[in-house]
Amino acid sequence: MTDDSPSLVTRRAALVGLASATVFEPLLVRRAEATPEMMKAAIRRVIGESPVRAGKVTLDIPPLVENGNTIAMSVSVESSMTETDYVKAIHVFNEKNPQPDIISVHLGPRAGKATFSTRIRLADSQNVVAIAELSDGSLWSDTVEVIVTLAACLEYN
Amino acid sequence: MARTLVNVPRKAKRGQVVEIKTLISHVMETGYRRNETGVAIPRDIINLFVCTYNGAEIFRADLHQAIAANPFITFFTVATESGTLEFRWTDDNGQVETASAKIVVE
Repeated sequence: MTDDSPSLVTRRAALVGLASATVFEPLLVRRAEATPEMMKAAIRRVIGESPVRAGKVTLDIPPLVENGNTIAMSVSVESSMTETDYVKAIHVFNEKNPQPDIISVHLGPRAGKATFSTRIRLADSQNVVAIAELSDGSLWSDTVEVIVTLAACLEYN
Repeated sequence: MARTLVNVPRKAKRGQVVEIKTLISHVMETGYRRNETGVAIPRDIINLFVCTYNGAEIFRADLHQAIAANPFITFFTVATESGTLEFRWTDDNGQVETASAKIVVE
């Protein structure tokens, strides 16, 4: 009996180890979607390490979307759009599409109005972030949480 | 490559801010979809859109897979002088589609 117990423990440990490996293995497989971390990395890649403040930017996107394949989105930034004070660029990012970037728009004082609109795809309910780069180097942002009932990217031909 | 549609006001007052609307027909294939036999459909998107006003760039957009099929983009510009607005879309295969519109500034 005493001779058997070490081997019993070993076998039990082995079984537990095997079971947990089987259970947790699928969780380690990476899914084809961007994560909030990937979005943060993408933001840093585009705008660098400068701090981003909330405000000045209005991201207009419906909060509840039925079809993630086409979502009307518009971004406007408060700015006088003069030669000395204008919006240089507007970048839009998402958290859960396969890629975190959506669009980067470059404009200047000749735009007259720092506003653009387009149609986007969203693969899941998630946060969408718009960041404006001003001529003085400051960065401003707006975040909107969007709920998507029919996700894009999943359909087959 | 594709059909385009642009909307620019024909006439504007000097200094007026005018809205420009652009549309191009394009699949904007993400590269993440598979066909019925399970083969991945290669990525094919328009990745760059540029608008120039009498040769000077006034608007540029880098597009990614998250832009819906048939990209529709609207933006604004100040009507500075009479002339031509040129629009240029470039896709992953290097194909370029152009469109242009005239504007009269009074």
